[in-house]
Amino acid sequence: MYAFDIERPATVAEAVAALSNEDAQALGGGQTLIPTLKQRLASPEKLVSLTGVAEMKGISSAGGVLTIGGGTTHDDVAADGSYKALSELAANIGDPAVRSRGTIGGSIANNDPSACYPAAALGSGATIVTNEREIAADDYFVGMFETALDEGEIITAVKFPIPEKANYQKFVQPASRFALVGVFVAKTADGVRVAVTGASNEGVHRWTAAEEALSKDFSAGALDGLTVSADDLIADLHGSAEYRAHLVAVMTKRAVAAAS
Amino acid sequence: MPKDGGIGASTVRREDVRFLTGTGQYCDDMNMFGQTSAVFARSTVANGVIKSIDTSAAEAMPGVLAVFTGEDFVEVGGNPAGWLINSRDGEPMKEPKRPVLAHGKVRHVGDAYAAVIAETIEQAKDAVEAIEADIEELPALVNMKDALAADHYVHDEIGTNQCFDWGWIEDNRAATDAAIKGAHHVTTLELVNNRLVPNAMEPRCSMAQYNRANDEYVLHTTSQNPHLTRLLISAFVLGIPENKLTVIAPDVGGGFGSKIYHYGEEALVLAAAKKIGRPVKWTADRTEAFLTDAHGRDHVTKIELAMDKDGNFLAFRTETMANVGAYLSNFSTATPTFLHGTLMAGNYTVPNVYVNVKAVFTNTAPVDAYRGAGRPEATFSLERVIDKAAREIGMDPIELRRKNFIKPDQYPFASAAGLEYDSGNYDALMDQMEKVADVAGFEARRKASEKKGKLRGFGVNAYIEACGIAPSNLVGVLGSRVGLYDAATVRVNATGNLSVMVGAHSHGQGHETAFPQVVAEMLGIDPQSIDIVHGDTSKIPFGMGTYGSRSLAVCGSAVVRATEKIINKAKKIAAHMLEASDGDIELKDGVFSVAGTDKSVTFGEVALKAYIPHEFPLEDIEPGLEETAFYDPANFTYPSGAYCCEVEVDPETGKVTVESMTAVDDFGNVINPMIVTGQVHGGLGQGIGQALLENTTYDENGQLLSASYMDYVMPRADDLPFYTVDHSQGNACTHNPLGVKGCGEAGAIGSPPTVVNAVIDALQSGGKSVTHIDMPMTPHRVWSAMQNA
Repeated sequence: MYAFDIERPATVAEAVAALSNEDAQALGGGQTLIPTLKQRLASPEKLVSLTGVAEMKGISSAGGVLTIGGGTTHDDVAADGSYKALSELAANIGDPAVRSRGTIGGSIANNDPSACYPAAALGSGATIVTNEREIAADDYFVGMFETALDEGEIITAVKFPIPEKANYQKFVQPASRFALVGVFVAKTADGVRVAVTGASNEGVHRWTAAEEALSKDFSAGALDGLTVSADDLIADLHGSAEYRAHLVAVMTKRAVAAAS
Repeated sequence: MPKDGGIGASTVRREDVRFLTGTGQYCDDMNMFGQTSAVFARSTVANGVIKSIDTSAAEAMPGVLAVFTGEDFVEVGGNPAGWLINSRDGEPMKEPKRPVLAHGKVRHVGDAYAAVIAETIEQAKDAVEAIEADIEELPALVNMKDALAADHYVHDEIGTNQCFDWGWIEDNRAATDAAIKGAHHVTTLELVNNRLVPNAMEPRCSMAQYNRANDEYVLHTTSQNPHLTRLLISAFVLGIPENKLTVIAPDVGGGFGSKIYHYGEEALVLAAAKKIGRPVKWTADRTEAFLTDAHGRDHVTKIELAMDKDGNFLAFRTETMANVGAYLSNFSTATPTFLHGTLMAGNYTVPNVYVNVKAVFTNTAPVDAYRGAGRPEATFSLERVIDKAAREIGMDPIELRRKNFIKPDQYPFASAAGLEYDSGNYDALMDQMEKVADVAGFEARRKASEKKGKLRGFGVNAYIEACGIAPSNLVGVLGSRVGLYDAATVRVNATGNLSVMVGAHSHGQGHETAFPQVVAEMLGIDPQSIDIVHGDTSKIPFGMGTYGSRSLAVCGSAVVRATEKIINKAKKIAAHMLEASDGDIELKDGVFSVAGTDKSVTFGEVALKAYIPHEFPLEDIEPGLEETAFYDPANFTYPSGAYCCEVEVDPETGKVTVESMTAVDDFGNVINPMIVTGQVHGGLGQGIGQALLENTTYDENGQLLSASYMDYVMPRADDLPFYTVDHSQGNACTHNPLGVKGCGEAGAIGSPPTVVNAVIDALQSGGKSVTHIDMPMTPHRVWSAMQNA
């Protein structure tokens, strides 16, 4: 780890001010950044820890929308339970140590192509709330580790419309226990959304063909015969692109069958 | 009722108190006054010519005390291989020098070519980044077949990438070939025994001190055998006289073989401590552990099994390529040969065995003994091809094995692979396995799995291994450059408690509990009054350390011999105290008495007398009560077992779950059943890890893709079933005083083929014509095999 300065602001405004220094970097739960620092793969001059910002923590529900502060830990989301599929997803991220430190804002800002939360946000049609604006999930996830966030912009909250039914199925990469393929399915009055993580070189994405089929008939059988192209899917020592394409279909069916 | 002490008692491990309360003292816990940090510059390419190394900028960095490169060690010796193997043509193996720091070339990713000593570890890391190394990358030799065919070499000076081409037993070759040619049925299988990264919980750590006043060195290091490490450093590498070097291996957090060997980092910190006159510590980070700890296994094998029309085995013939990596680690040449080829008759009366092993240099981390060391490779090849053969001829796999088992009345049994098995009863093991695993109930369980949409498979395996390593006379003939005895000193202190100094090293095996049980049983005293001293060459006699499931069978036997000497002398003292003849003295429950009388003295009174020898017959008896024994075994020991497991395969994803695992082992006599069970549990975890999870992968450029826990799958609790472990069917070893055989490696030897056999059974039950899948059987591999079947 290289030496760095650290600031621990108490408000969003202070955090934004601290991050105006171009060599400053936001630190959420640190579940990606700290290991990166320890391996000397990053050398920020200053870290701005968001863990002391009280207004970014907590979960509230109003009008069918669950609002989760960007600094809320996976453990807290897992314990909430008012959006069952989301809480179940949070309960299966990483291990107990990761869940007690990692935050939803950090995960969504990082946009790891195999992370779970991006699938929940995109699959639920969530809204990403920052210190400057609100961004629809469809516009937010740009690519692998790429998002619509500007330099210094902080995720203060994520708003999830609670669907009629939803479920997340994760087939784990057995070492990291990130998603080798994860599929989030949400059924709403406006139709069905299917978001896939872990599979694509483009990061989290929607499987529109499955959404169309499921919007007409929300059953696993409605997916019979639907396949995913292996083009541009991730291939690594844990699985080929073809295997991931196959798993997308399997996990989607399982998510539909399990949705509640 | 179970015993509460002595031999056979499941005494709770006393060492666990400190391990579980964070008071263990591992190398990195220890800090010396004036201590400095060493950090190594390591190659990022697998193969390259070192054109130049400019250390001037690094030397000028804050806190830097010294910078070393390979140039600094040109005059010192290399780290040697401990076993000379001759090729089939009589030529000795190729032994390229293994330097302290790479010189001229770097040969694998992680190969250290420079080291910085600085006041702090961060300063040393900064300085390593300032070293300017001009290394010209060359094409990497990764795959063994390619390396054998290549016209460029890992070591240019030997002009080949083949270390040796070994045949065992060469005189059996023609008969084996003939038996296969004329056989009714021949089953052939090509398989890979996958490379494993040892992943001890504690990374390697070495800390050296140099005392200028008397030219003495102390090395604290993560070693399974401190005397062997000292010998290698003294006699081969640095030339420090043995009497000027103390090697201390304190608490060590697991080894699994990887800490048997001497590594260059140990020599570097010693040389650096002398140069700067201050203690120097190096602790591996996890990436260094992945890149530079000696790996295990990595065989590519073709095996053939010839049978007559009734399924009687006629011959096994094996061709193996064994990867030794970029340099010869200390036992790397013994592991794929004498620890592997000699076991290729298995538990069977097969008359013909021939094994050919070609050892190959590649631009990968060195490969050496890892839990089981050659015997898992042998068992895997045998038990996979037998399973395939059973399916080909339509015979039940248990029946086929039983048909060919050595029978209890055939011991001692001279195997076709050159060993003499002393004892065993493989049918009894199989009987017990079938009983405790409820094999008869399998079909019902299979139906229940099928109802859930899962394919259920049953796999079985019988193994034998050779441990209690090893009879020095025999291994000397076979090429070993060391003896493999062990040693113990039993010191009875004046106040009646005991310190037992042993050559074996405990880094997870529970010696501190089990060895006192042996001594306590013999003396009839409380085990809590006996402490084991190990790991410090200045305290312990010259023993060869812990590996090859040898500690109890070899070092424990030395403990017995030394304790017998103690008893003999104590009887003389007691006889003197009781004014009797020492032939009339009996020892029972810690009391010496004169046979047929009520005259007695306690063990404690005798001890005190030995050290306060007033009115002592000094002309007959020396004062003191301390004895040393060296024990060299007459033969290997031969643990054996019958294992089975049941798996479920998810046909949609290829994911395998192990539903049950049963291990029935013959370990001979058992000193502490709880510790033995724990050893088997650990071995099973590693074996299941090898079978399903652990995928060491180098890409074509020699980069280790699985170099962290983000990609290398260590087995976790939820990957493993609850085990059924049974060691009720022991047949005492006939040639050591405890009748013990060794249990440390059995689980890792017996479980991999069991799991693979079960997965193949599951897939075939689902109508898939899959006959083999290489380990680790990841979901992707199982799914792919199903797609192609």
